[in-house]
Amino acid sequence: MKNLLKGALFGCAIVCSTSAFADTVINGAGATFPYPVYAKWAEQYNKETGVKLNYQAIGSGGGIKQIVAKTVDFGASDAPLNKEALDKDGLVQFPAVMGSIVAVVNLPGLKAGELKLSGELLADIYLGKVKSWDDAAIAELNSGVKLPKTPIYTVHRSDGSGTTYNFTDYLSRVSGDWKSSTGVGKEVAWPKEANQLGGKGNAGVANFVKRTKGAIGYVEFAYAKTNGLAYTQLKNKDGKFVLPTMGAFQAAAANADWANAPGFKLILNDQPGAESWPMTAATFILMHKEQANEATAKEVLKFFEWSYANGDDLAAELEYIPMPDNVVKMVETMWHNDIKADGKAVY
Amino acid sequence: MRAISIVDFPWQGDNLFRRACFVSAGLISVLMFCIMLSLIFGAWPAMEKFGLSFFTSTEWNPVTEEFGALNALYGTVVSSVIAVMLALPIGLGVAIFLSELCPAAISKPLFIAIELLAAVPSIIYGMWGLFVFAPWFADGFQIWASDNLSEIPVIGTLFSGPPMGVGLLTSGIILAFMILPILTSLIKEALSTVPKVLREATYGIGATQFEVIVKVLLPAIKGPIFGALILALGRALGETMAITFVIGGAQSIDTSLFMPATSISASIANQFNEATGDMHISALIGLGLVLFMITFMVMGTARVLLRRKAK
Repeated sequence: MKNLLKGALFGCAIVCSTSAFADTVINGAGATFPYPVYAKWAEQYNKETGVKLNYQAIGSGGGIKQIVAKTVDFGASDAPLNKEALDKDGLVQFPAVMGSIVAVVNLPGLKAGELKLSGELLADIYLGKVKSWDDAAIAELNSGVKLPKTPIYTVHRSDGSGTTYNFTDYLSRVSGDWKSSTGVGKEVAWPKEANQLGGKGNAGVANFVKRTKGAIGYVEFAYAKTNGLAYTQLKNKDGKFVLPTMGAFQAAAANADWANAPGFKLILNDQPGAESWPMTAATFILMHKEQANEATAKEVLKFFEWSYANGDDLAAELEYIPMPDNVVKMVETMWHNDIKADGKAVY
Repeated sequence: MRAISIVDFPWQGDNLFRRACFVSAGLISVLMFCIMLSLIFGAWPAMEKFGLSFFTSTEWNPVTEEFGALNALYGTVVSSVIAVMLALPIGLGVAIFLSELCPAAISKPLFIAIELLAAVPSIIYGMWGLFVFAPWFADGFQIWASDNLSEIPVIGTLFSGPPMGVGLLTSGIILAFMILPILTSLIKEALSTVPKVLREATYGIGATQFEVIVKVLLPAIKGPIFGALILALGRALGETMAITFVIGGAQSIDTSLFMPATSISASIANQFNEATGDMHISALIGLGLVLFMITFMVMGTARVLLRRKAK
């Protein structure tokens, strides 16, 4: 009995001493799309500071739900909330990093970047109005490219996703028909006139496009690159055809008007600028304005401050686009003004 | 001091045991009831808004918040029926081979191999189906079928369409693999319950092995085969991850088995995470309720039929 007691005490002592040295942990949950870069940042940050980030990629919808319920220190969402929604739950939102979406095709003999498409044409293809690759509308933009008489299969995400949200948002901006018939959403009713095929996740879409002759799909740039898929050029708002490159993505980000976006609700699709890539999207972090625990809130903000300052290369390695410095400055000002604990600024 | 044992109060031991069992059994019913209640509760907003049209409408549009379950219902039922139709002959064949024809030395390892199929997680089936089976199926069978079978009247439309590899038929085939272990082991079990005397007597009057199997054994286990079939169907109806990968995720009903479709479980798995708006979530829970009801009805019917057969 005595021994047992001793053992229990000893065990207690071990548990207590380890917890005294335990890492500070910050908890986040939400969007799957930025998960790789958050994980990379967290790994590096942990090495330097010992602070641990526990991020669960459960989807944007789940991220919003969890931050509203206060079960996490921050939530993450690909689709920004509007100002009213933020205010209703006492939340603030800021962009963490950007990504870009490209159209990918599978046409034998066609190399990456060879095919030219415009936003309207992309919408018409997904609407099922343009059904074959040798259609006059495609040929018109692609003189000199040999287009086969192959039917078009349009591949979309079968799971609800921020990528679909941003893709359909882009189509709605460039095509009135798309806007009125299908609209914008993380999951939409895909027009039945086209040969539709739904793949689960970016990987699923990439896989279907890779395999199906005549397929067209939309994926995040990193997936197009790692899968060796033939991405297309796209015509941007200024009427220029651009290739998906880091420079083109950054141009879109730089030309975006963040200063006039209440609650940082800004979708970067179809931005002006001769070099801007038309489908670019930021992913967002959600936090409460009123923080119950000042120390944790501080840790979260310190993590993102570090990421903005030191995470650019890690992000670029994974084909994400870092936020421009002027936007970072705006975000940090917002932190100072809006995030409070007991009425005092946390940051 | 003498320890108090249960022997001193025999009536109490019995009583306690009976009560414990009763509570355990009761807990199951209560649990079932609670699940059903919470499904109905969650699905109520959608049911209230769409009424009966929830079951008959093919509209599934999260943007305009119009929801109908028919697409998913169709995909679920058709893929499961395909699975059962494909798995039954194979399962029967394997079971008969294992219990009647196969030398004892191979029978055991073979049976273990079949049982191990059940231990493969369903997401593995899904990934294998998507990355290995579907491309092979598209280039092989689907191209051949659309060249040769699609001209045949009536059943031709089932096999027409682009060779995309995924779709209803692929889902059915993958499901068939998944329900094979349960079918095989149940049928094998049933075969082993047929009295030895029955076989010996039949052999004794000069029957061949084929005649013994077809005329004696199979009729003797008709009931259990049917029961196994229904259990397998129940498994197929509810299967989620594998289906989500290979069914193609298209909210539509098509006459061709090659075309992508969706099932109830795949729709829920695909959309629940990112569902925005209460109506979307409610509609997804409504789908869950529909699946619950179908499975309940299938199992219920099986019970009734089996009981009738037993009499």
